[in-house]
Amino acid sequence: MSTALRYLGQGFVYAAFALILGYFASLPTYTHFPPDQALIKLSLAHGADRKGGCRRRSQEELRKLAPNMRRPMDCPRQRLPVLIELEIDGSLLYRDSLPPTGLAGDGPSQVYQRFAVAPGRHAVVARLRDSDRRDGFDYEHSEQIELAAGQSLAIDFRSEMGGFILRR
Amino acid sequence: MWSEDCLDRPFGPAWNPLYHLGGLGFFYYWVVAVSGIYVYIFFDTGLSEAYESVEYLTHDQWYLGGVMRSLHRYASDGMVVMMLLHMLREFALDRHRGSRWFTWVTGMPILWLVIICGITGYWLVWDMLAQYVAIGTTEWLDWLPIFGESIARNFLSPELLDDRFFTLMVFLHIAVPLILLLVLWIHLQRVTNPEYFPARGLALGSLLMLLVLSLIWPALSQAPADLARVPTELGIDWYYLAVYPLVDEWGAGTGWLVAFLGSLLLVVLPWLPPLRGGGAAVVNLENCNGCTRCAVDCPYAAIVMAPRSDGRPFEREAVVNTKLCVECGLCAGACPTATPFRRAKALAPGIDLADRPLAEVRRQVEAASAGLTGQRRVLLFGCDRSVPVEQLPLAEVAAVRLPCIGALPPSFIDYVLSRNLADGVFLSGCNSGDCHNRFGVHWTQERLAGTRDPHLRARVSRERIGQLWVSARERRRLQDAVQIFQDGLPTDPEDTPPPTREKAEEAL
Ligand code: HEM
Ligand code: SF4
Ligand code: SF4
Repeated sequence: MSTALRYLGQGFVYAAFALILGYFASLPTYTHFPPDQALIKLSLAHGADRKGGCRRRSQEELRKLAPNMRRPMDCPRQRLPVLIELEIDGSLLYRDSLPPTGLAGDGPSQVYQRFAVAPGRHAVVARLRDSDRRDGFDYEHSEQIELAAGQSLAIDFRSEMGGFILRR
Repeated sequence: MWSEDCLDRPFGPAWNPLYHLGGLGFFYYWVVAVSGIYVYIFFDTGLSEAYESVEYLTHDQWYLGGVMRSLHRYASDGMVVMMLLHMLREFALDRHRGSRWFTWVTGMPILWLVIICGITGYWLVWDMLAQYVAIGTTEWLDWLPIFGESIARNFLSPELLDDRFFTLMVFLHIAVPLILLLVLWIHLQRVTNPEYFPARGLALGSLLMLLVLSLIWPALSQAPADLARVPTELGIDWYYLAVYPLVDEWGAGTGWLVAFLGSLLLVVLPWLPPLRGGGAAVVNLENCNGCTRCAVDCPYAAIVMAPRSDGRPFEREAVVNTKLCVECGLCAGACPTATPFRRAKALAPGIDLADRPLAEVRRQVEAASAGLTGQRRVLLFGCDRSVPVEQLPLAEVAAVRLPCIGALPPSFIDYVLSRNLADGVFLSGCNSGDCHNRFGVHWTQERLAGTRDPHLRARVSRERIGQLWVSARERRRLQDAVQIFQDGLPTDPEDTPPPTREKAEEAL
């Protein structure tokens, strides 16, 4: 093969490689989320009350414990589960009882959920129970929201800020 | 492979990219490093500053900053392509088993580190793609029970995010490539003279290609990140970010499982099935004079020169680390004491393969030549990895196979011709850019040319030596070349070297 032909051949190989390199560096495009929908993210971390109240230890029990462990009150570390409901336009989108995290069950309960909804006006109701009550909820938040296509709305919870927070 | 033969034509074996994938991987790494330093000078850390500084480079300073940014992206992509092809090729050519396991296994973390470099890089731009990567990564990490609090929650809304995350990412994007460099260095601990930089022609061609691509098709950002919006349609860098759509599809748990099992499979591959060899090279101290040639020529750093242990008046002696030896025999081909002329004692060179000693090669050569008649007798030497020479249907050609052509001491050629065991010697082996034992063909060529010890003696008629370096697929080419060589051998008795007995050699 002549030198000119060889360099031509090399140029051809480089051009083909450049085309492949450039193409897959950004194409084909990927649709992660339908552009005509809006997103609601329910994401919170919240520790419920401890399981059961504290109990006074008897003298008998105290004597059995190591001296440095002899505290008069026995308080369980384990937390209750957190019950969460999310309702949109009157229909229940999500309801779950979230166990506490951590090996000892003393960490906060966590949820991270994504829901695609049609854009437009929606009535959102979020409820949360973090005590040992049998029914009803400790927190409830309802709000009319207006969502545009492609918008992302986060539903968070901070008890110190009064409960649910909608972040847009 | 067919693709290699195709590229051999325009590039030739010395520049064929498929024979230099590791070296090309390094080349792209160096381009990424240099362009990265330039881009970093202009990069601002901060939620809106990051995006703006990259936009400035891309648009206001397109002629330099923009080109550097594009080089940074495309060279990174090129590195992934080279790495994957390099890995596939080493696997397909069976260069991952036996003593080579170490080089293969240290390749696995390289795979991870390269991808992490890319992910942290895309994160820094803080456009919609970066946001997608950030949320995807943190959601994926949250699946693992190692972070107490969800880290994906940091990206819930703009007011929750602060610059700290950026500082962390900038740090990772500098630290991980440095760790990668360290692991690459470890990767090459068991190969001598690795290609840290490819042949100049290849480097120049690749750089030119990157420059043209960067000018025609500059790397761009997507819309700035906005945590109040969902990333919808994205232009994705599939070389680095293909895992994200997959994890979207499969879920985090399956994603981790596939990543874990895939890595595990890569790590155990060298033992599926294990390579059973005949034994490493062994040193025969009685004949070793400590000349260091075997240590210099060993392609796998398996020989060290140790202080003399037997009291003979030499400074050093060769010691083989059997764990590193791949049994190629190149050391025996390099040893000056490996000469077949010795008759007095058995042929026992300073270093030899345990199960394929040179004494056996000499016996095969003599047996093969005994069956040859006529005036154009050819002794054809081949290797285990190229064309199986004994299967070629050629008349008056006797074949002897070695583990690697580099295992043949040049004195054997002299021996065959001067003892009139044949009228011509033909050497064949792997394609010259692609020797299975890295330097077998290269060393052989240099020994014949007299630029590497041990030399082929000048008195040996070069007319009577033929060579062709081909892959195992090119049986026909080798057959034709040997045929032409044989037909062209001079038959005039005046031309044939007299079958002299070399008394001087005998005495050795
Ligand atoms: C960007 C990443 C990488 C670079 C720059 C690189 C570079 C190199 C270089 C320069 C060599 C020496 C080849 C020579 O000079 O003859 C080599 C050998 C090797 N590499 Fe890599 N490598 C990379 C990734 C990998 C990966 C991911 C694997 C496999 C998992 C791998 C497996 C091997 C093997 C098995 C050899 C030994 C070949 C032999 O023993 O002949 N490498 N690499
Ligand atoms: S056979 Fe010799 S040259 Fe080949 S790896 Fe072993 S010690 Fe090195
Ligand atoms: S090449 Fe031979 S003589 Fe030289 S050091 Fe190696 S074994 Fe010894």
